Amino acid sequence: MNDLRDLYQDMIFDHYRQPRNYGRLEHANHKAEGYNPLCGDKVTLTLILKDGVIHDLKFEGAGCAISTASASLMTESLKGKTVEEALSMLEDFKALVTGASVAKDMGKLSVLAGVQAFPQRVKCATLAWHTLQAALNSSTEPVTTE
Amino acid sequence: MKMGEFNMNKQGGTSDASTVESEIKTHLLVQHWRKDFPILHTSLYGKPLVYFDNAATTQKPSIVIEAENHYYRHINANVHRGIHTLSQQATEAFEATRNKIRQFINARYEHEIIFVRGTTEAINLVAQSFGRSRFKAGDEIIISAMEHHSNIVPWQILCQQTGAALRIVPVSDDGELDINAYQALLKPKTKLVAITHVSNTLGSINPVKTIIKHAHELHVPVLLDGAQAIAHIPADVQDLDCDFYAFSSHKLYGPTGIGVLYGKAELLDEMPPYQGGGDMISSVSFEGTTYNKLPYKFEAGTPNIAGAVGLGAAVDYLTAIGLDAIVKHEQSLLSYATELIANIPELRIIGNATQKTGIISWVMAGVHPHDIGTFLDRQAIAVRTGHHCTMPLMERFGVPATVRASFALYNTKNEVDKLVSAIYQARELFK
Repeated sequence: MNDLRDLYQDMIFDHYRQPRNYGRLEHANHKAEGYNPLCGDKVTLTLILKDGVIHDLKFEGAGCAISTASASLMTESLKGKTVEEALSMLEDFKALVTGASVAKDMGKLSVLAGVQAFPQRVKCATLAWHTLQAALNSSTEPVTTE
Repeated sequence: MKMGEFNMNKQGGTSDASTVESEIKTHLLVQHWRKDFPILHTSLYGKPLVYFDNAATTQKPSIVIEAENHYYRHINANVHRGIHTLSQQATEAFEATRNKIRQFINARYEHEIIFVRGTTEAINLVAQSFGRSRFKAGDEIIISAMEHHSNIVPWQILCQQTGAALRIVPVSDDGELDINAYQALLKPKTKLVAITHVSNTLGSINPVKTIIKHAHELHVPVLLDGAQAIAHIPADVQDLDCDFYAFSSHKLYGPTGIGVLYGKAELLDEMPPYQGGGDMISSVSFEGTTYNKLPYKFEAGTPNIAGAVGLGAAVDYLTAIGLDAIVKHEQSLLSYATELIANIPELRIIGNATQKTGIISWVMAGVHPHDIGTFLDRQAIAVRTGHHCTMPLMERFGVPATVRASFALYNTKNEVDKLVSAIYQARELFK
């Protein structure tokens, strides 16, 4: 049960029950939809990108505790970041949840490190981040985790 | 919430001697059966495995594992060709399973039993051989809203190829087919009805005899997807009068990679081959090829011989236990589990048909199926979470996914208690 507790930390529950930056930005200039066919999770990401900087972003969708908390934490951590910084954080985050390499300290996002012990849940944790990548590329096609 | 009404072996609160005696007898039987399945005596995370993902695949009894092992150690050879002893033995073992299947589903002839990779390939075979050779633009194929993707997509592909159209029988809130709507869909332009015998997500047992009777009044052939039915309820193809019946070995305690298409001989005879290759021909020249007779016309290439041998052992195993005893036990488990699970607050069971096999799907407010799945997994309880390859059905019930527990002959009430207690714990954790 210990690794379950590592996965479902209090901060995860907090962001699952009260997701931050939830909704859609009316004046978004970048948008993408993400879908995880495995569990049916859907996320829509809207963001305002100006001069290579993420000024604001919001997410909307239905998902499990891990995907919802991950999306919520992601939106918090990305405000004010440049596209380069965001893309680098995406790589660090993937390393964090897969345990692929020694991950950097990622602040609050580190709470998702418990996903390492649950390979089946990596896609839940990375859905919002994959969607971010699509949104930054201005992709209008829905992305999937498959 | 409306509970399912269980006609078979309804469990009441009575405690008369005969009920108690029957309960004890079943309990002892199940304990005996459990000994036949090595994997049930393994542990995960320090807890004994509770396997409730039987609708995805069932576990295998020793007799099946040993049969494959014995085949590879002592018989292995190719079938239908060599003059040598092993080849003859392999052929006999392979063909013996065909006869066992014929008896198990009560087909008229052995050559009506075609070996395929599984239910999916069986349905694709009918779509591409039967459908493609005779369907045209304007024709219609009837399926239902509760079909597995493997009984949807082959028909969509066929529709793209031929210009035929799909018509969908709707499903009620309880998870039953709307038979009036079905009758209204049946028209002279209907060329085939393809319906599941038992829903893999809802557990609903469909009124297939009625469905077939109505279709036959218009001379429309009917394919039944028997994947979820074959190990849980009797399937007598002559009594049902279905034209095709498809199922997989691995859902009836046999190996993966082999399954069966039953077809009425007169239909199979008229159908062109599905794949070309060895074994399906009687003679080949560059001027032209003569195809083999049934069933070999549809069995191109070296088949899954070891799989067939294992499947034969699985059928022997089921026959020895008897489907009656299995139905009785699984219905008793279903009614026991349904009552307990339905009582969990904020939980909704998806699928409350009057006639069900041992499948319970549910959603719970505030806890996503995936989170429950992970939680149960760490308690060594295996359930399925997701859309169960029935995305249109998920859409119908307005849920992205469900948690599904599905029973087999070796599951016990004690295991159901563990499941229910774990769901309550998950509810606490996620509150």
